[in-house]
Amino acid sequence: MTTHDIPPPPKGGSGALLPPDAGRDRPLFVVAAILVFLACIAALGARGAWQQAENWTSDLETNLTVQIRPVIDSDVEADAQQAADLIATLDGVEQATARDRAYAEALVAPWLGSGNIPEDLPLPLLVQVRLSTPGSVSVSQVQTLLDNAGLAASVDDHGQWAQAVRRAASFARTLALSLLALLTGAAAAVVAFAARASLAARVDVIDALHLSGAEDRFIATLFQRRFFMLGLKAGTAGALIAVLVSLLVSSGGSSADMAFFLPRWSTNPFELIMLGVAPLLAGATSALSARLAVSTDLRGRW
Amino acid sequence: METSIEPSHLNTPSSAAEPVIRFDNVGMRYGRGPEVLRDLSFDLPRGSFQFLTGPSGAGKTSLLKLIYLAAKPSRGTISYFGRDAAGLTRDELPQIRRRVGVVFQEFRLLNHLTVFDNVALPLRVTGRKRADYAEDVAELLAWVGLGDKMSAQPATLSGGEQQRVAIARAVVAQPEVLIADEPTGNVDSEMAMRLLRLFVELNKLGTTVVFATHDLQLVRLLDAPVMTLSNGHLHIRPPRSQRYQAPANGQTEQPDAEEDAQEAVAMTGEDGEENRDDT
Repeated sequence: MTTHDIPPPPKGGSGALLPPDAGRDRPLFVVAAILVFLACIAALGARGAWQQAENWTSDLETNLTVQIRPVIDSDVEADAQQAADLIATLDGVEQATARDRAYAEALVAPWLGSGNIPEDLPLPLLVQVRLSTPGSVSVSQVQTLLDNAGLAASVDDHGQWAQAVRRAASFARTLALSLLALLTGAAAAVVAFAARASLAARVDVIDALHLSGAEDRFIATLFQRRFFMLGLKAGTAGALIAVLVSLLVSSGGSSADMAFFLPRWSTNPFELIMLGVAPLLAGATSALSARLAVSTDLRGRW
Repeated sequence: METSIEPSHLNTPSSAAEPVIRFDNVGMRYGRGPEVLRDLSFDLPRGSFQFLTGPSGAGKTSLLKLIYLAAKPSRGTISYFGRDAAGLTRDELPQIRRRVGVVFQEFRLLNHLTVFDNVALPLRVTGRKRADYAEDVAELLAWVGLGDKMSAQPATLSGGEQQRVAIARAVVAQPEVLIADEPTGNVDSEMAMRLLRLFVELNKLGTTVVFATHDLQLVRLLDAPVMTLSNGHLHIRPPRSQRYQAPANGQTEQPDAEEDAQEAVAMTGEDGEENRDDT
């Protein structure tokens, strides 16, 4: 045969060495998408809880509450005003406001009822102090100032509450991260199982590749690519559903209490990066898991 | 059947060269079962053409698996190109496999790939680019008479065409050893003859060929050594030209009826021992 008798090779690229496996891939796609959705919700929830806690603790840490106790032969309202005036002179204090008796009555109303508090019942009054920055004025500084002025006062920096809120936020974050780790582990296990099943179903292809001189890493790379794409697509679907759910939650106007636990959509960089990275992470987890499973399986052959 | 293949058509192997594959007291069993191959010791000289025959269940497929590195022996040593198989690392195995081409009786083509991609498989797994090998693959397919079927799916081809695709795949990377497991088992006698010619051509180009077949008529066409397996034992019969040396009177001795009868017994396995299926 002469050279000009040889027909030209077919045009186009080479076919995929691993045949399509839609029947097996579809359920895996759904499971992976659900896992990524749950992971995104957990991450958004953790982020929301942490942000809310930050807001709360920041509020608490920039506020001091001074309680002016009524003393016999003393005008407690004048004492409260004097305390506010004194505190306002300190550097680092943005504002000091003396609250009147009506404010104090409103505070105790849940226990004593409203409108039936005797006028001669001595009630402590409050001075609310707003600091320019958290910790710009210490409790002892204010306490010393008021003690020196002869006022019966006690100062509270809400430290106990701030600590409790921080603990709750930290717990929520740990819980969300644990959930994230569990979901990632579950996704990796599901993909490893699917990769092994795919390998077993394609033993004819693997044998042909092996006997043609394919190295283990060549075969593992084929599976890695396939499962990366599957993870990427499933991750994209899961992240998009998570965005929809968080948008629904945000537009639902849920109460502040509920908002602490629910994922809420915002366009801040964290949410955008997290939802953008989630499909890539899903693809990478899927690819790595498939590669490890296939490599382990291939090592068992000769 | 056409009988026009002359002994001179075969390549003359070099007896001085190191054998490409050497078996030394090899035994093989599956799991805890009985040995399916026992005490096999032989050399495959470089450039030789060997027939492998034997009845069903004699262990031909098992022996071929050992030769093309799809199975490990239970005992004994096998050397490939001077390397003891037991000392091969996992990374070295593919390098050895690339020097051995295999044609399976059942073809084992990948039906999701085109004929072209099936044939190109051994080149593709080495990482070569399509542009580098496309012309070579097309030329080879034209050589085996499938130049117009390059884009076809294997399932649409006849048995003979599929077998030629399998042969093209086995030889595309120019292996030093070519193993053929019943390559004529699924084709008619005319196609069998054409396929045998193809293997002879490859042997003439220097490829060591092991041709497993049940077909004694094909075996008789060539003056090649015949390895006969029976109940796991191997008997190697030298080529006719070496068996029937010219006597002093100058006349060549002819095979007698007794040897034909022995050959028939070996092929059918009717030697009193129980046969088992090939595995």
